[in-house]
Amino acid sequence: MKSNAAYAIYILWLRQIKRYFRSKSRIIGSLGQPIVFLVALGFGFGSIFAKAGGGNYIQFLSPGIIAMSIMFSAVFSGIELIWDRQFGFLKETMVAPVSRLTIMFGRTLGGATTSTIQGVIVFLITIAIGFRPDIAAVLWGLLFMFGIAIVFTSFGTALASTMEDMQGFGLIINLVNMPLFFLSGALFPLTTAPFWIQWIAYINPLSYGVDGLRAAFTNVSLYPIGVDAIVIAGITVLFMSIGSWLFSRMEV
Amino acid sequence: MPESAISVKNLTKKFNHSFTAVNDISFDVPKGSVFAFLGPNGAGKTTTIKMLTTLLHPTSGVLRINGMDPVKHPHDVRQSFGIVFQDPSLDDELTAYENMFFHAGLYGVPRSESPQKIEDLMKFVELWDRKDSMVKTFSGGMKRRLEIARGLLHTPAILFLDEPTTGLDPQTRNYIWSYIKKLNEERGLTVFFTTHYMEEAERSAQRVAIIDHGKIVMDDTPTNIIANSGAANLEEAFIKLTGHEIREQEAGSIDQLRQMRQMWRGGKK
Repeated sequence: MKSNAAYAIYILWLRQIKRYFRSKSRIIGSLGQPIVFLVALGFGFGSIFAKAGGGNYIQFLSPGIIAMSIMFSAVFSGIELIWDRQFGFLKETMVAPVSRLTIMFGRTLGGATTSTIQGVIVFLITIAIGFRPDIAAVLWGLLFMFGIAIVFTSFGTALASTMEDMQGFGLIINLVNMPLFFLSGALFPLTTAPFWIQWIAYINPLSYGVDGLRAAFTNVSLYPIGVDAIVIAGITVLFMSIGSWLFSRMEV
Repeated sequence: MPESAISVKNLTKKFNHSFTAVNDISFDVPKGSVFAFLGPNGAGKTTTIKMLTTLLHPTSGVLRINGMDPVKHPHDVRQSFGIVFQDPSLDDELTAYENMFFHAGLYGVPRSESPQKIEDLMKFVELWDRKDSMVKTFSGGMKRRLEIARGLLHTPAILFLDEPTTGLDPQTRNYIWSYIKKLNEERGLTVFFTTHYMEEAERSAQRVAIIDHGKIVMDDTPTNIIANSGAANLEEAFIKLTGHEIREQEAGSIDQLRQMRQMWRGGKK
């Protein structure tokens, strides 16, 4: 039974990977936003940022945009749960002889993997635009990308377990995503920001993802990289537990 | 007395402590038989199937599926039945073969056996030549056949079919019933089905239970039901037993969503 749970997780993961690579429009479409942010903000604010003594803005902004694209696609992957529920496939998995926890875990892993791939694509684009990361730390960077992905996939799945309609889900995630992104230190340094923004950033999970990525790629960060890693790991456990609990209560 | 595949005693399901969807029902489905579970919309059919298939917990009563309690041993029970839901439950974005392959994985079908089993079953429902097509390109009848094949992949002892032929043309319906009969006769599969087509129940079922307002109003062979109610056929008997009143069923958000999805895909199904 144990080995079957592991294989079932693999099967659920594989399903999402296959669907992701088949949906070319989704891959291309979700690259639009990060590219616009990179080009418009990166080149638009670049000279002001440099004049203010912040250094190369692309270097500062890129980890933030990578984190953003991962977060958006991770939270959004929750919508697949709503699709599956509405179009019946969820029932097929719910009557299978595997536990809800296994199903939740497989789905989250799948959504997190596709979001990480999305992040890697954006990472390559930032390099093309002029980002010069510390290649030695690329493994750390990947680890943080996956960390951000899993935190926000669990969040999206947890949210989707409590909702039935898709438009509602879209509105709610916009409501949540935008403030989390703008107040995470992805776009500007938090050290010089007003006090209250710093406080919001303290409790914003994305701040630690952005900071960790920045630490890994550019060796510049607010907190030590170990602190970022521990916070992300802790939030992962918390969100996964909440998500599993909500998912186990779902009726189909 | 033959062994029961499904045994239900004093089964009750209440929602929110007020609405009683299923009210103290009892029935028995012998192993290897074909059993029809009939009733108007909202009578409690789907609620009962959900309880039999571990998707809902009963409020009270005793359930046994192949001798096992679905509340205490959900995994063992799930392993022992296959189900074709009322609404489609395939993944449209995957190929027919992938749908089968993923089912085999979730049900722990030994990996050495699954390719052969998938091939046999897909040939049985005559979909093997379409194995690499996306399910979204399939017609309603093809999807149904694939769902039946999928439901049989882990060699269950019972097959649940919740309105398997709704919305299909008469040719496809006959086709599907010929499969089901073959499975019942050749493999001794127990079949539990619901339908709104009374002639299907009359023709295929050895035993029929009619449920209305959460209560079983009749449980007998089709011949006896017709004879006892003095009707010409099962449809007439059904109407006599359940009345002429039309039942309203809440339209789910799913209908709206289906329309929306069709719009997004430019009218393709």
